[in-house]
Amino acid sequence: MDNIAIKAVNLTKRFDDFVAVDAITFDVKQGEIFGFVGANGAGKTTAMRILCGLSTPTSGEAMVAGFDVYKQAEEIKKNIGYMSQKFSLYEDLTVMENITFYAGIYGLKDKEIKDRGAELLERLGITAEAKTFVGSLPLGWKQKLAFSVAVIHRPKIVFLDEPTGGVDPVTRRQFWDLIYEASDRGITVFVTTHYMDEAEYCGRVSVMVDGRIDAFDTPANLKKKFGVDSMNKVFYELARGAKRKAD
Amino acid sequence: MPILNLSKKMSAITLDNITKTYNKGTVLAVDKATFEVAEGETFGLIGPDGAGKTSIFRVLTTLLLAEGGNATVAGFDVVKDYEKIRNCIGYMPGRFSLYQDLTVEENLNFFATIFNTTVKENYELIRDIYVQIEPFKDRRAGKLSGGMKQKLALCCALIHKPVVLFLDEPTTGVDAVSRVEFWDMLKRLKHQGISILVSTPYMDEAALCDRIALIEGGKILSIASPAETVKKYPGKLFAVKAANMHLLLQDLRSYEGTHSCFTFGDAMHLSFKQNADAGVSKLTNYLTAKGHKQIEITEIPAGIEDYFIRITEKANG
Amino acid sequence: MNWPVGPNVKPINMNSAVLKQLFAFIRKEFYHVFRDRKTLLMLFGVPIAQVLLFGFVLSNEIKGSRIVVCDYAKDYGSQEIIRKIEASKYFKVQQANLSHNQIEAALRSGEIKMAVIFPDHFYNDLSHLNKAQIQVIADASDPNTATTLTSYLSNIINDYQAEALAQNNMSYTIVPQIKMLYNPELLGAPNFVPGVMALVLMLICAMMTAVGIVKEKEMGTMEILLVSPLKPYLVIISKTIPYLLISLLNLTAILLMSVYLLDLAIKGSVLLLFAESTLFIISCLALGLLISVGATSQMAAMMTSQMSLMLPTMMLTGFMFPIENMPFWMQGLSYIVPSRYYYTIVKAIMLQGLGFSAIWRETLVLAAITAVLVFINVRKFKIRLA
Repeated sequence: MDNIAIKAVNLTKRFDDFVAVDAITFDVKQGEIFGFVGANGAGKTTAMRILCGLSTPTSGEAMVAGFDVYKQAEEIKKNIGYMSQKFSLYEDLTVMENITFYAGIYGLKDKEIKDRGAELLERLGITAEAKTFVGSLPLGWKQKLAFSVAVIHRPKIVFLDEPTGGVDPVTRRQFWDLIYEASDRGITVFVTTHYMDEAEYCGRVSVMVDGRIDAFDTPANLKKKFGVDSMNKVFYELARGAKRKAD
Repeated sequence: MPILNLSKKMSAITLDNITKTYNKGTVLAVDKATFEVAEGETFGLIGPDGAGKTSIFRVLTTLLLAEGGNATVAGFDVVKDYEKIRNCIGYMPGRFSLYQDLTVEENLNFFATIFNTTVKENYELIRDIYVQIEPFKDRRAGKLSGGMKQKLALCCALIHKPVVLFLDEPTTGVDAVSRVEFWDMLKRLKHQGISILVSTPYMDEAALCDRIALIEGGKILSIASPAETVKKYPGKLFAVKAANMHLLLQDLRSYEGTHSCFTFGDAMHLSFKQNADAGVSKLTNYLTAKGHKQIEITEIPAGIEDYFIRITEKANG
Repeated sequence: MNWPVGPNVKPINMNSAVLKQLFAFIRKEFYHVFRDRKTLLMLFGVPIAQVLLFGFVLSNEIKGSRIVVCDYAKDYGSQEIIRKIEASKYFKVQQANLSHNQIEAALRSGEIKMAVIFPDHFYNDLSHLNKAQIQVIADASDPNTATTLTSYLSNIINDYQAEALAQNNMSYTIVPQIKMLYNPELLGAPNFVPGVMALVLMLICAMMTAVGIVKEKEMGTMEILLVSPLKPYLVIISKTIPYLLISLLNLTAILLMSVYLLDLAIKGSVLLLFAESTLFIISCLALGLLISVGATSQMAAMMTSQMSLMLPTMMLTGFMFPIENMPFWMQGLSYIVPSRYYYTIVKAIMLQGLGFSAIWRETLVLAAITAVLVFINVRKFKIRLA
């Protein structure tokens, strides 16, 4: 069991009589790049919140990094990294200040912060920009930096919420290079995205529709199943029957 | 009253060396942008975040003054005749900017009144779109899904039968299905003779425009129809697949014959340095030697994204 | 279907179109206000709560209050006591034998806070009857100050009595006849209701207007409004009118509460009160507009309003703390705070029942401040985003 990073069984979240997450079941292997895909309003964000230890499910089970989401939410938070398009770094702090701040929050010691910070800067090639305000960096750099900061404490799992939105094509791919590297180092990557071609890079993909998981397999198998040649078309087939169009 | 000289075939939009800077000139957002949008054309401004798209939109919709260059919309100058332009264009700015706490119907009525018209008057124009959101007409706009909001915003921008429609990233943050529906609606608008300038970071949507301008770092890199744009791709492009895609990428990049290689979904897109054909068999040998299985190398036509990457990324990716 | 594409070439009746637009806009603003619970609470709940709960009267030591002493006796006793009064740090004494009307005029104009009158047979009574009276008239529309001053005076008189007892073994009884003018029951209401009115109007008009406009900018709807035939100045006017109406509504509520719940009758002309209030409201709206020009976010708008409007209004209007006691530079500052003048005007009309002739000076200053603010707004007005 210890090479399963995330496991959810009939995970459900209800808000009054609205079922945001409807008994979803899936698992993510340690070191896997897992694509969590779905339309707006399908329940992705709610599900991610539960897995990050930010919200308690109504029923069902879920285990993240070996911890139970009901009783050990705090432990979960200590063992994961998180990055989203909306939440990134502090625009009015410098690159180095952001690194120091977040590394500190993640519990790294001073020496570790210094070493890993320098390593991070070098790997991204922005050592010269250490004292620049994050706000003046181009979006692509910000996203790459945010990702690197999210894994600076070498968590078991990193959650990425639409990390490449609006970014130029080249930087997007560089970002995925970083994801691959993290995966090589054994970090499990749980990513949601609107770019269906990115779904192809994932080991396995799950597609959420109306709160349920309507598909859960490798991209190759899914394409075969629906008889199409791209994940874009797979998603289209699944999502267009969605009832939750206005929520 | 604004009078349009309709006997001449004129441009809906013209930009002539438009330059826009911020922060007292320290930030160059748009660098001598020049292009034209013909009447009735759907013109796409394609580029990533920060490329300068929104700045161009704001100059054209008379919200900002450019530091250099001239521009006209519907024949009127953006500086001198801004009021006339504001009377006859429709605008959908980046994020959803309608009133969240007003209902769908209230929003529509409000904007109709602002434009001195009524919903009834131009209902035919927006009917195809409105019927999709009509079941929710008493719902607060803030409580609609992303796709629905965009449809409502489009209705509000069309309600006064504009001559030119400006859509700034209307599909960003919206799911794939709604995006397709939105572009279907745009196609139908074309038949009404409305000129549309639309910006998007999604390269696949570029193919749906009549002509596109690729923009990055404030500079216009290319202006042509989608078909012509991809024809500009120098040399041949190949899709390469193998069992282990990640290792494949690394090996392809270290291959001496590779000019550039990028991941593209389930395949790598590879272009050779020179002498393309000789490259294929040599490459296959190289990969086999590296232990790759299920190697597939096929020539493919270049896409807009390929071309965009080509002209923005000089070095080996 | 082929549309003849062209701009709106209908001949529009400009006036009715503009009115229609204005009306649509104002209606939308009211939707915003009434659909946002939190704003609603602030707009109506806070004023009502303030009036009902504001019983907390602050007491401060008051120094150097100007008083007039009318010494009709000019005898040993009165001179002694007057010397003591003059020596006190609490009083700045002017001796003048004024008539009752003159005293009242001086009190009303604020020149003096209290008058002490020694009758002409003061020491006579004291030595022969062992009992004498001193008349004390104080301005109790600020019950705070009035009570404090009269108690200071009583202390001085008691001192004198104690000394007299020690020296001459005579027990004197001097009874100060204290008359509290304008607010005989020393109610807090007459003091704070005008102050609350100024505060509430400033809050609603300035802060909510500022926040409302900045909200429009933040949401991005301002962009769409600008790119429309709607004249930009109409946007501004439409944003201010709802708050003007809500303020007048609140004003009515406060006055009704004062009259029926706090038993505070309006002595003067209600019409004049509303007219002056409208002038003050316009100055607040102008201030709100100015703040919205510079503010980049709703938070910033709110904070700026608090700092530059609420605090000065609370501190420098004169209803919570006496201005005379403040350092010189603060007193100077209070001269440009519109609420200070409004407060004086309201007190004059509500409590003292005065007419326009008594407050024309304050009205002029208020009108001048308002005109300047409106002018600045017109200059700073933007037809574009930047």
